[in-house]
Amino acid sequence: MSIVINPDICKACGMCEKVCPGSLIKLNEDRKAYIKYPKDCWGCSSCIKECKFGAIALYLGADIGGMGSKMTVKSSDSELIWSISKRDGTESQIVINKKESNKY
Amino acid sequence: MKIDDRVILHTDVLIIGGGTAGCYAALTISENSDYQVIIAEKANIKRSGCLAAGVNAINAYIVKGRKPEDYVDYAKKDADNIVREDLLLSMSEGLNRVTEKMEKLGLVILKDENGEYVARGNRNIKINGENMKPLLAAAVEKLDNVKVINRLNITDYIVEDNVIKGAVGFSIDENKAYEIRAKKVICATGGAAGLYRPNNPGFSRHKMWYPPFNTGAGYAMGILSGAEMTTFEMRFIALRCKDTIAPTGTIAQGVGAKQVNSKGEVYETKYGLTTSERVYGTVMENLEGRGPCYLRTEGISSEQDDSLKRAYLNMAPSQTLKWIESGKNPSEQNVEIEGTEPYIVGGHTASGYWVDNNRQTTIKGLYAAGDVAGGCPQKYVTGAMVEGELAALDIVKRLNEESDSCTDDSYLDEIFDKKIEEYDSYLNNNAQVMFTAEALEEAMQKVMDNYAGGISTHYQFNEKQLALAEAKINQLIELAGDIGANDMHELMFVYELKERLIVCLAVIAHLRARKETRWHSFAENLDYPKKSDEWLKYVNSRYENGEIKIILRDLVGREENYEHSY
Repeated sequence: MSIVINPDICKACGMCEKVCPGSLIKLNEDRKAYIKYPKDCWGCSSCIKECKFGAIALYLGADIGGMGSKMTVKSSDSELIWSISKRDGTESQIVINKKESNKY
Repeated sequence: MKIDDRVILHTDVLIIGGGTAGCYAALTISENSDYQVIIAEKANIKRSGCLAAGVNAINAYIVKGRKPEDYVDYAKKDADNIVREDLLLSMSEGLNRVTEKMEKLGLVILKDENGEYVARGNRNIKINGENMKPLLAAAVEKLDNVKVINRLNITDYIVEDNVIKGAVGFSIDENKAYEIRAKKVICATGGAAGLYRPNNPGFSRHKMWYPPFNTGAGYAMGILSGAEMTTFEMRFIALRCKDTIAPTGTIAQGVGAKQVNSKGEVYETKYGLTTSERVYGTVMENLEGRGPCYLRTEGISSEQDDSLKRAYLNMAPSQTLKWIESGKNPSEQNVEIEGTEPYIVGGHTASGYWVDNNRQTTIKGLYAAGDVAGGCPQKYVTGAMVEGELAALDIVKRLNEESDSCTDDSYLDEIFDKKIEEYDSYLNNNAQVMFTAEALEEAMQKVMDNYAGGISTHYQFNEKQLALAEAKINQLIELAGDIGANDMHELMFVYELKERLIVCLAVIAHLRARKETRWHSFAENLDYPKKSDEWLKYVNSRYENGEIKIILRDLVGREENYEHSY
């Protein structure tokens, strides 16, 4: 279970480093974020929600059936917009209204 | 490398662990007093603890038409009588109170046209719990009398004559050690994951149900300080979605999916419906050649598909990713299920500190709340909050009563010096290191898996295996003294390993002590495969002279007000 951080998109704000419940993300000399312990990632997605720039994506390890899709999320006051991009380039989106409860 | 900065702080109340219970305790102290509080959190309270990804429902709530006593009955039945009914009752009575408070803090709860919460089954209500922890953390950050110290890893209590005096630890970023002196301490460090080899031991080793960062620190500190512990033999094994280890209850309750084997037969009724029986049934179906097992979702509507994907995004996004990535919705493919590795977690089963009804442990002034507190299973998120609240209220009451006596605490410096010496020894230990914390963790997980009832032995064990497990864990404890740390973060890994090893010893001792099989899978002793009324008792323990001593105690009823006899 892990995340990938795109250094070209990372704006060196350090928010992901702060919020990771395992403190697994560190900053390099340019303050760009990287995951120092990828095998220790829980997959909770806290960092992905925290990143305002969409630089971090969640993926499933091959050992748990991952096939190379990446998931990112953008947060606004009222919505969480989840995007999944598959290896073949197809994209899908699910928008969650923060004020709406789960049906189940 | 060594510790080059030492910080001594004074406070009225120290809360170790800023998760659900710890944050709620801080809020309660603040609402009821001006006492100074420090929260020591090893990560960052915004998302730390069990609620990092969110939670799908309030799982412990007294819905309309039900009473707190009904909840006690349910938890008692699920644990086959080995519960503290007094603790369950005081917890159940507070569930709706803390829920109301969370709604005031901004939690979205589904209501019907009359403004009543919409129930999910007999004990749950529907919410959007994705942001529950950030809401709680934000409320705590606003409090003037509460100081949050993030990225501070506490390793030891300071206890004198069985009275808590504070705790020591270190920063995971800077070469800085902390001693925090406090009049009262609440331990809210959560349970323990990572004791047993996990479902996915390779790259995705941390794709587990329970937070892999909950390493049993509070249990280990309590054990080593001589606190009495209870029911470590009631391990928790969750029934989860294969691979992603995402919760199954939302599918089971949401769309009414039954547990079926590979032949499509519903097997859950054959084994019983308690939490442990659902796991056991799945194990047995696999053992008898009818695996894999599934939750039967094929044939649900596309609207239900959509609702499931949304619900999982709010608590376990990897499962939604899996559905989308595979190109198959749950309506097109049943969801494969499996049992997890065993965890020790007082929020689901009853392992943890032996506490009185105010959640005070057997160490005076030390309280336990949430997953680290024992005797009170099925507490979930709201129950953890109630325990934080109850501990906080008792602390405020006692601090109001106690006169502020000045005691000589010069001896504390000596304890701090010794601890820093120990930290330094690991930081300087790098020259000839053969084993790493990671290597020893893997070894520990293998021992527990093979000899103390892990996944590979279908959660079963016998006494010979447990004796081997104990001997091997003791060897690893010795080796753990030699490992090194290159930086402060690695120093935390060293202590997390040490904590887990101590918890393993306690688990093994408790599994050996209960000579019956009361709960399939959770504690399946093949030498004693039946349950017996003789074991309608708590198995408790206390660490004395380097050994875990077992204490058997009589069951406590719900009308009792249990007090420790010091």
